[in-house]
Amino acid sequence: MAKLPVSLTINGDEHDLLIEPRKTLLAVLRDTIGLTGTKEGCSTGDCGACTVIVDGKAVTSCMVLGVTASGKEITTIEGLAGDGELHPVQQAFIETGGYQCGFCTPGFIMASKALIDENPDRTEEEFRHALGGNICRCTGYTKILEAVLKAAEEIRTTT
Amino acid sequence: MKSFEFFEPTTLAEASRLFAEEHAQLLAGGTDLVIGMKALTETPQSVISLQKIPGLTGITTEADNSISIGAMTKVREVELSADILQHHTALAEGAAEIGSIQIRNLATVGGNIAHASPAADTVAGLLVADAQVHIASADGERTVPINELFTGPGETVLTPGEIITRFRLPSPASGSHYIKHKIREVMDLAFIGVAAAINMDNGTIAEARIGLAAVAPTPIRATEAEELLKGNAPTPALLEQAGEAAAAASSPISDLRCSAEHRREMVDVLTRRTLEQASERASG
Repeated sequence: MAKLPVSLTINGDEHDLLIEPRKTLLAVLRDTIGLTGTKEGCSTGDCGACTVIVDGKAVTSCMVLGVTASGKEITTIEGLAGDGELHPVQQAFIETGGYQCGFCTPGFIMASKALIDENPDRTEEEFRHALGGNICRCTGYTKILEAVLKAAEEIRTTT
Repeated sequence: MKSFEFFEPTTLAEASRLFAEEHAQLLAGGTDLVIGMKALTETPQSVISLQKIPGLTGITTEADNSISIGAMTKVREVELSADILQHHTALAEGAAEIGSIQIRNLATVGGNIAHASPAADTVAGLLVADAQVHIASADGERTVPINELFTGPGETVLTPGEIITRFRLPSPASGSHYIKHKIREVMDLAFIGVAAAINMDNGTIAEARIGLAAVAPTPIRATEAEELLKGNAPTPALLEQAGEAAAAASSPISDLRCSAEHRREMVDVLTRRTLEQASERASG
């Protein structure tokens, strides 16, 4: 099937690509661009490992056709750190040990970043509920929640 | 995923013409279609995205207090809308029950309804809002009341080429509520969804609407239960009768998730609880 021209802004860089309509945004990021930080877990929208931020909103990139993301701004885990400094959410995950095997971590960090950008004043219970679309099979979530609350606190007090 | 031809029309007329062809599918948020295409349960030859057509998104309140919700409005926007929360609480609560935030940032209310799952989380709220479904095609427009839209699981009265453009919610009730019977707090499908909307007049119920999801081949209104309530005070005994009438109106199936008996019993219980909350909100 014919490839279509698509223009994506990924982590601030513009990419003009030719992609097959059946390629998901996840596949475009990983296979076409080579940004493999975004993970493919269930590929049915249930696990959240493929979470990226599109025009400010966290979405499961396995459910998005790449062609429909044309003209949009996409942020992946690779785009969070700037000027040699980790993003506060990344830093908090390291400091609290909010990961074990690390496979779900990029998705958790992107989902958490979007939640904190939207409202850093959520309670632990509210963050827990709002992160219900992300699954971790190692940690039991305690350290992840600690990381998210720490990052939210950090962002609240510095902005 | 099978290959397909991708279209991104900028007018409803063009979209309708493309959609009238054989083996064509509309793409709204993609949360059902893309997953279906990966699983090969959906193998369209053409996919028509609606996202470039102007006028299909957003929530607007009209001069007569009715609210219009564009079909391509994200369910996350419905869930967070101050107007929907205030005037159609059951719909906002239903929208908030869908999938995860990541999915609700993609999924649209039009897609949730057009997919015609009897278990759709926005459908009970739209039923009790008495929503009018606005439909466009190359031949013009028509309006269908939401309780006449569905004909079976996955089936609607929509004919080839017809596209849902918006939902018009005519008359806000003074109190409404939605309860989803489920196991997981998020990322679950409804075993049962029950919505109720109530208008009170001097301590008696002036108007009541009850919408049931996942307990019949299509979402339904429990009209006999509604009639029982009208003109009476919402006493525990009356709400119990209404719950029994709603259960009698249901025709649930047994499946992997639970038995028909359990569903019918829970329609009774949840209708009562939903009515309690809705009438409390309507009185407050």
